[in-house]
Amino acid sequence: MNRKNRYFIVIDVLLILLTVLPILGAIVLKVLTTPQTEGISITGALIYFTIPMPIQDLPITAAQINSWLVILSILGLCLYLTHGLDVKRCTKRQHIAEWIVETCRHLVEDSMGPFFSGYAPFIASILALSAFSSLLSLFGLYPPTSDINVVGGWALLTFILITYYKLKGGFGNYLKGFTEPIFIMAPLNVLGEIATPVSMAFRHYGNVLSGSVIAVLVAAALQGLSSLLLGWLPGFLGEIPLFQIGIPAVLSAYFDVFSGCMQAYIFAMLTMLNVSGAFPEELYQKRMQKKQMKKAKA
Amino acid sequence: MELAIGIMLGCCALGAGICMGIGAVGPGIGEGNAVSKACEAIGRQPESKGAVTSTMIMGCAISETTGIYSLVIAILLIFVAPNLFVNALLKALG
Repeated sequence: MNRKNRYFIVIDVLLILLTVLPILGAIVLKVLTTPQTEGISITGALIYFTIPMPIQDLPITAAQINSWLVILSILGLCLYLTHGLDVKRCTKRQHIAEWIVETCRHLVEDSMGPFFSGYAPFIASILALSAFSSLLSLFGLYPPTSDINVVGGWALLTFILITYYKLKGGFGNYLKGFTEPIFIMAPLNVLGEIATPVSMAFRHYGNVLSGSVIAVLVAAALQGLSSLLLGWLPGFLGEIPLFQIGIPAVLSAYFDVFSGCMQAYIFAMLTMLNVSGAFPEELYQKRMQKKQMKKAKA
Repeated sequence: MELAIGIMLGCCALGAGICMGIGAVGPGIGEGNAVSKACEAIGRQPESKGAVTSTMIMGCAISETTGIYSLVIAILLIFVAPNLFVNALLKALG
């Protein structure tokens, strides 16, 4: 395939646009819809519209819209990186794509074992979605991960996976697992089972939310400080928010970039550890052997 | 009536302060322990610095969880609870 082809370049440009446009669209949407507020205001996600449903109305919020736009953007990035793959003549972007795929595969195989090696795409998509969603706050947008519903959905997915792999050891063994070490512990074990996804969701959501709340509080405090110290200056000189320049950026570097990427990594790591830890390998192999024996007899 | 609302707001603020103050103690001690042990380990085996550091950051972030819980509770107490409680009070009194 010829890379200098005009057709190839046009598709490249379209894919870059697919990566960039959703973010720009989110910014435009925010500018158009955010109501004017005075002073400090800490609210949840903005509700754009609600769809009437039989049991309860379904609100479409900024968190949902933003996470859909992030998904589109990641899709565009992936398609751009894998566009024009070649075995012999590797380009830079092919190296980057190969590096990402290999790193994720190694990570999953190291921490989950060879049985779960098919989980690399799932873990990679959770990592990318979580990290990009948290980084969205760098553009001043509402990060979807600071909404408990978004992160709770991911944690629910992990919970379903954990239960699925626990059931692989047989339904009787799954129920028996709740009565260990003694049967009095059963309620506590059920609570512990529910606590895993809840704690995962709250950890991620709390970190991102606390970052944005602290950023708002510090910005407001710095504005107050600068108007207190420089307010006596005449004219527009007194209105310059001198202390608001630069200082919030340091906080943002920690809370948005470091904390966001860290929480994405931790969420993916905990998903891997919980899912692979829930799989009873010996029981599963025993069951498989029994099935094979039955087949051989028949 | 004003007294009741005042007591409610004051209690919300007080609860948030106590929650955050006590909730920050545990993670602080835990993370301090983790970092001190990591420093010891790096001092003993400087070549394992990378692995120790990444494991330590991961452990710190996980032990931070309880602190984050109390932070979420404190934020809810300051920004959400007063509205809710005062509205409930007004509705109950008519």
